[in-house]
Parts: sequence; C-alpha cells; structure tokens
Amino acid sequence: MAMKPRHRKLALIVLVVATLGVAVALVLNAFNSNLVFFFSPTQVANGEAPTSRAFRIGGLVEEGSIRREADGLTTRFAVTDTAKTMPVIYTGILPDLFKEGKGVVAEGRLGADGLFAATQVLAKHDENYMPPEAASAIEQAQKAQQTVAE
Amino acid sequence: MNLYHYASPSTFYPLAGKLIPWFAALAFILTVVGLYIGFFVAPTDFQQGEGYRIIFIHVPAAWMSMFIYVVMAFWSAIGLAWNTRLSFVMARALAPTGAMFTFVALWTGALWGKPMWGAWWVWDARLTSELILLFLYVGVMALQAAIDDPRRADRAGALLNLVGVINVPIIYFSVTWWNTLHQGSSVSLTRAPSMAQTMLWGMLIMALAAWMYTIAVALSRARTLVLERERQTEWVRAQLEGQP
Repeated sequence: MAMKPRHRKLALIVLVVATLGVAVALVLNAFNSNLVFFFSPTQVANGEAPTSRAFRIGGLVEEGSIRREADGLTTRFAVTDTAKTMPVIYTGILPDLFKEGKGVVAEGRLGADGLFAATQVLAKHDENYMPPEAASAIEQAQKAQQTVAE
Repeated sequence: MNLYHYASPSTFYPLAGKLIPWFAALAFILTVVGLYIGFFVAPTDFQQGEGYRIIFIHVPAAWMSMFIYVVMAFWSAIGLAWNTRLSFVMARALAPTGAMFTFVALWTGALWGKPMWGAWWVWDARLTSELILLFLYVGVMALQAAIDDPRRADRAGALLNLVGVINVPIIYFSVTWWNTLHQGSSVSLTRAPSMAQTMLWGMLIMALAAWMYTIAVALSRARTLVLERERQTEWVRAQLEGQP
C-alpha cells in the first residue's frame, strides 16, 4: 500500500502514542489497588485494606454518631458506606465541612477492638454547588416525599 | 482556502498582529464580567459558604491546563508529520501559559483544600496527576531550551509533548476511575451540571476569558518566535524597516 511519507509519519506518531497509552493503561491497572486514596468500611470488613499499617478509610459520617469528649478535642464518630459501619476516634481539629451525613476520609490504624484511631481527618466534598435556599428546598421536598411514602 | 498560505510565517506575522488586540480586549471584558458574576451575583454555597468562590479561578485554570497540553500535542504531531515550522512555533508559544494555568490550578486548589478538606495537599490520583502535568510542561520547556539547534529542540520537545499527552485523560478521569479526595466533576458533557445556574455562568464566562487570554498571549509569543527564527529573511527586514 503506497502512502505519502507525511501520512506514514502521522500514522507512526498515532501508533506510538496509542501503544504508549495501552502500556500506561496496563501499568495503572496493575497498580490499581495502590492508587485508591481510601478504603470503604465494606472493603475493610472483607480484608482488602492493609490493616497491618496505617491506611485511610472513607465514607459518610453516620447520622447521629458524632460524640465529643469532655477534653473538647477528641471526637468519636462512625464512618458508613450504608452497608458496613466503622467506629472512629480522633483527637484534633476537624475541617469545616466535617458534618453528619457528609463525606469523610480518615487516616490512621485499625485497633484490635475494631476502633479506628485516626491521626488525620479530611472532609470529602461532593460535586454539588447550590445556594442555601435551594438546599433547604430539596431537603423539604425529600421530607414531604418520605411522609407521602409512609 | 489554502491552509499552507496561513502556515507561512510571513502571512502569520501581520495577521496575528491584527488579531491579538481583539482577543486581549475580549479576555479583559470577559474577565471583568466573569469576576463580577462570581463575586457579586452568584449566591453563597450551602455547605462551603463563600470559600467556594475559588472555583471561578480554579476550574477554568484546571480546564485550560489540560486543554492547552492537548493543543500543544496536536501542533507537535502536525509539526513532526508535515515538518511545518509554524506548528512547532505554536507548540512552543503555548507551553508557558499552560504551565502557568497548571500552577494556578494547583495553588488555588491548595488554598481551598486547607479550610474545606483540612489539608493543603494530599497524594490522591487527581492532585498527583495534575502535578505531573506541571512537571511535563516544565520538562518540555527545559528540553527545548537545553538544545541549541532550534530544529532539533523542536523535535525533541514535540516527542515529549506527545508522550505526555497520555497524562491528560488520566487527570480528567482520575476522579471516576479511582476513589479520590478530590470531588467528581460538577460539569460534564453527558449530564446536567450539578451546580446553580449563576455559579455555572460565572465559571463558563471565566473559562471563555481564559481561552481568549491564552490565544492572545500565545499569538504574541509566537510572533516573537517567528521574528527571531526568520531574522535572516527578506520579509522580516521589510517588516522591520517599515516600522518607525
């Protein structure tokens, strides 16, 4: 098949980039478990997390689970992925977005008693941006739906 | 229309000179409008309060950082295949602006991350791949600067450009492929944006302003490069003698 030299060159460039792309995809796939930033409580329960060293767990702060200790700095809460829940203890300053029902990522070690002792707590923000009025309108609409369902 | 006509440096130079003021003016107007919407019209966010307003800078900068790299790779591929001088000039002219937007995205992200997440920096897939993008920009510029012969410098830079372009989809999809601390995208081509209307408008106008700014500075940088490289030619002499 006769190709113009510049077309052959372009085809070669495309081929090289595509090959590199496949190679990178395979490498990333192989390192998949090292690229995750956190493990969910379900993954921890299934033994997928490296519990022998420090790791991160992520999920939602369970509603009604936040307890502040008398020292004013220590907080106990539970991280849930709606299937499994893990209790967490943390001493330190919490980020502004740390709230019940919102996303959280905690780094620390899992104790033998199943309590996760966190050394750092990060709030995970979601992709929803709206004014407070819209947020409360959505909340009311959901409540209304729940009452209808009941 | 003959594309080769516009690919000739002697046509490009005066044409770019005429276009630059228009793009610069558009960039200025859009920035003023975008920032006004962002800071005075757009409502407060229900979770983040006023801190979310960083998105009017952060998101356009992050978009541009990825887009400019793709455009650079495009010009590099064209340059390698067709051996057109102007393609390499364009690829070179875009690099500093791309690096600047990458730095702005990382920096504003850190400023936002501390109050919202509780950390300036985390090594999650999104942040790490964006940092690699900054290193790629710096690497391409350093490589081009390190080689004296401009033709060889162009080719080496173009190769690194093309290899690095693989990082762009990794950045873009990192938040869906892996669980990251960085949130997913609020705006995508496939579904409705999860963002209030005025916030979205402010962000899109700022993104457009970033485009116009990029075109203006890239064209003016390309003009300088063309002048430098074609300094021995007749048209440059005529051009410069024509000026007072």
